[in-house]
Amino acid sequence: MSTSLAGSTSADRNKPGKRVLPGFALSLGISLLFIGLVLLLPLTGLIMQTSGMSWAEYWAVITDERVVASYKVTLWAAAIASVFNGIVGLLMAWVLVRYDFWGKRLVDALMDLPFALPTAVAGITLAALFSEGGWYGQFLTELGIKVAFTPLGIVIAMSFTSLPFVVRTVQPVLEDLPTEDEEAAVSMGASDWTVFRRILFPSLWPALMTGVALSFTRSLGEFGAVIFIAGNMPYVSEITSLMIFVRLQEYDYAAASAIASVVLMASLLLLLVINLWQARYLRRLQGR
Amino acid sequence: MSIRLEGINKYFGQFQALKDISLDIPDGQLTGLLGPSGSGKTTLLRIIAGLESAEQGRILFHGEDVTDLHVRDRRVGFVFQHYALFRHMTVAQNIAFGLEVMPKAQRPGAAEIRKQVGELLDMVQLAHLASRYPAQLSGGQKQRIALARALAMKPEILLLDEPFGALDAKVRKDLRRWLRALHDELHFTSVFVTHDQEEALELSDSVVVMSAGKVEQVGGPQALYAQPESRFVFDFLGHVNVLDGQLAQQRMTQGDAWVQLPGMLECSGEAQLYLRPHEVRLQDCPAPHANLPLRIESISLIGAEVRLELAPCGWVAQEPWEVGISHVEFNRWQPQRGDRCYAVPDVGHLFDVQQARPRTLSWVND
Repeated sequence: MSTSLAGSTSADRNKPGKRVLPGFALSLGISLLFIGLVLLLPLTGLIMQTSGMSWAEYWAVITDERVVASYKVTLWAAAIASVFNGIVGLLMAWVLVRYDFWGKRLVDALMDLPFALPTAVAGITLAALFSEGGWYGQFLTELGIKVAFTPLGIVIAMSFTSLPFVVRTVQPVLEDLPTEDEEAAVSMGASDWTVFRRILFPSLWPALMTGVALSFTRSLGEFGAVIFIAGNMPYVSEITSLMIFVRLQEYDYAAASAIASVVLMASLLLLLVINLWQARYLRRLQGR
Repeated sequence: MSIRLEGINKYFGQFQALKDISLDIPDGQLTGLLGPSGSGKTTLLRIIAGLESAEQGRILFHGEDVTDLHVRDRRVGFVFQHYALFRHMTVAQNIAFGLEVMPKAQRPGAAEIRKQVGELLDMVQLAHLASRYPAQLSGGQKQRIALARALAMKPEILLLDEPFGALDAKVRKDLRRWLRALHDELHFTSVFVTHDQEEALELSDSVVVMSAGKVEQVGGPQALYAQPESRFVFDFLGHVNVLDGQLAQQRMTQGDAWVQLPGMLECSGEAQLYLRPHEVRLQDCPAPHANLPLRIESISLIGAEVRLELAPCGWVAQEPWEVGISHVEFNRWQPQRGDRCYAVPDVGHLFDVQQARPRTLSWVND
């Protein structure tokens, strides 16, 4: 028994292509099952629900004037919010990685708060802060800036909830960046700005783009934080997620799914493009 | 361009990394900073470059005070141990970087930059790799590119931080020879950091031995090896055989071992006798002036000499003794592992309690 067992294992070991790390089939199987159950099945459900509609109906629902206006608001707000996050997030990651200061650990932990906080709580808080009588709102009103119940409010809510995406993707890359590269550049006479532009930024660029793209896609789908501060005026400050919600409340599941499918495709397309671009860029750094 | 350091002190928090270092590095020489890790040699190099600043002291280049001059204005070439090549730039772009970031008034035109990059690539014999990315190069190639990049802005001072530390033995030897040839051709002042004594002695015109933030000794390779001034330099440069013992009436004794010292010495008490491997002979019976019984532990035949590792019999040594004998002698004698033999010193260096510097002793002419 024991000899045959030993014989079989040594035979297995000598088989070409046998992996050293065990459990490949099992772990891949579980992962695929999970992806199927949690991601693909609901997505299929989404498409199934719209399948009751004809192409014309589908087209009519997703190009409805009010819905198109919501796309515009959502896209613009998400774009502005993610660009803003790109800049501020890079700065925050820089501060957290490059400097030592009192309370750094606390600030680092606070960075995740927008993720940990229920988005509705964030929404109510922001609405209270920026409403005309709120702590920030009263000063902004004096300056003639209206935030609550305008598209600007949407941008603020989106940027608040998706800032950690940028910080947390840039931070590890920045940590791994050898300071020697910067020292080498400076010793050759490069100015600080040149070092940033030509040495640091090209290395951070892929991570920053990923962070901004994640921030953007998250903003496209943000609901809880936005609706409290947006005011939800049709054609002005209505976001696409709200349109889905409105259709659901009208028990028009097919229309809700149709609009949702547009958001889904936009997000998937964006992630795909970013991944393809990044793969090409990284291949160069790894010398392939 | 000569480099002069005056009273450099450097602290990292409570830890004093450099203790009152004063040093003159003459123009056009290749100087090695040699020391174990933590001796402060890299810190010193970075202070010369301006990548680190000292709490106290002055740095002068060619008599001119550059202590407060920013690294970007010091115009020194710096080569890093791990090359620090810009990964997202091709080899040619890496080399061109130093020229491209020059102030507008001095910056050469695009065609001139291309020409100079071509010349630098020829100099490091890697012109065929111009459009590759650093990740596609071997370690030795990367270090050559890093060197070409540092030389692009024609610095008069070249600083190298463990330039061959990350390379394998064969490549390291090639590059060492190549750097020496390059230095002789271009005649800049170079300072390089190393922890490899062989590298320091082979490559440098002058070696600065450092330990624990202090300069132990400065000198040419020959002088350092032949006349070490301290126990540290003795231990650090090559192997040394040590006899720890009591000195009384011209005789050093420890257990069964003893050595009769030549000349008239009026010291007594604890002392150490340091003997280089080539200063000791081996024979099968004790000599009239020394009884150092040893047992052969291992025999290494590779190299110009046969190296024997020996364990003391009837006395103790912290590290095994090493003695080199010629292949001819080895073949005549035919020693085996476990054989007993006796060491006979010809020349030795005595450290006693009273003096920090050793006294050189010779038995040959007595």
